[in-house]
Amino acid sequence: MKPVAGYLAGLLFGLGLAISGMTDPARVIGFLDVTGAWDPTLIFVLGAAVVTTFIGYRLVWRRATPLLAGRFQLPSRRDLDARLLGGAALFGIGWGLSGYCPGPAVASLPGLSGPLAAFLVALVIGWWLACRLAPGH
Amino acid sequence: MDLSSALHGLLGGGLIGLAATLLMALLGRIAGISGILSGALFERGSDRGWRLAFLLGLVSGPALLLLLGLDWGNVAPRGDVAALGSAVVGTPLAGMPTMLLAGLLVGLGTGLGSGCTSGHGVCGLARLSPRSLAATLVFLLMAMLTVFSVHQLAGGGA
Repeated sequence: MKPVAGYLAGLLFGLGLAISGMTDPARVIGFLDVTGAWDPTLIFVLGAAVVTTFIGYRLVWRRATPLLAGRFQLPSRRDLDARLLGGAALFGIGWGLSGYCPGPAVASLPGLSGPLAAFLVALVIGWWLACRLAPGH
Repeated sequence: MDLSSALHGLLGGGLIGLAATLLMALLGRIAGISGILSGALFERGSDRGWRLAFLLGLVSGPALLLLLGLDWGNVAPRGDVAALGSAVVGTPLAGMPTMLLAGLLVGLGTGLGSGCTSGHGVCGLARLSPRSLAATLVFLLMAMLTVFSVHQLAGGGA
């Protein structure tokens, strides 16, 4: 049952990314281009996603456990450290250069092109490097 | 942006939120794509099955829209673009060298920073996590600065 649950959640997520326009780098760059011809669409995407998740999580957490697993696994740290902020800064630069974050990049596989393949291969190398630089976090 | 872009954004964002809620309700997990994908690649154990299934689902979403012939995804007015594939999944704007560098930075950054737009920006903000709020502000600001800098380097008018 767990893979079925994972598949359904992934399917909804992928539909959401494509329908919202997040899989189009032009739209993402348009949102990031605040001094140019700014495209505010991503505000609606992020806003709707956060509000829906905020309400959904609180309904779900009324139960003691998830339906198919033993417990809810949530990050517990609340402190800010250099690795978090430095990592977020590197990610932001890569996102701004390409218009791709990991979700839309993977979801765009049905339209795979050379540059997207290069991005995905480098993405995996980046994660491998992060595991090497900061093991067992 | 026109009204249909806003509506597509709201509908798509709502679906992303439903997906995150579903994963929490069924498996008790955060729907962070960088964690799910890097975990599926680099961690062994019982989580690999649902993570791989999630990724298959993630790819199935846009593929399903393509199969159904729904010109829904990329709602930006593009004029001459006729191909449905690029209408749903968009087209990379940068060439190979930039995309290699960008992919490396996104992988390294989300690996070190424990999350991306989905894990920090959607699930983390919905959990009211201070770490996710800080990470989201930093990556948004850096992405906006990067786009601004690229445009300046490209000669102002570009």
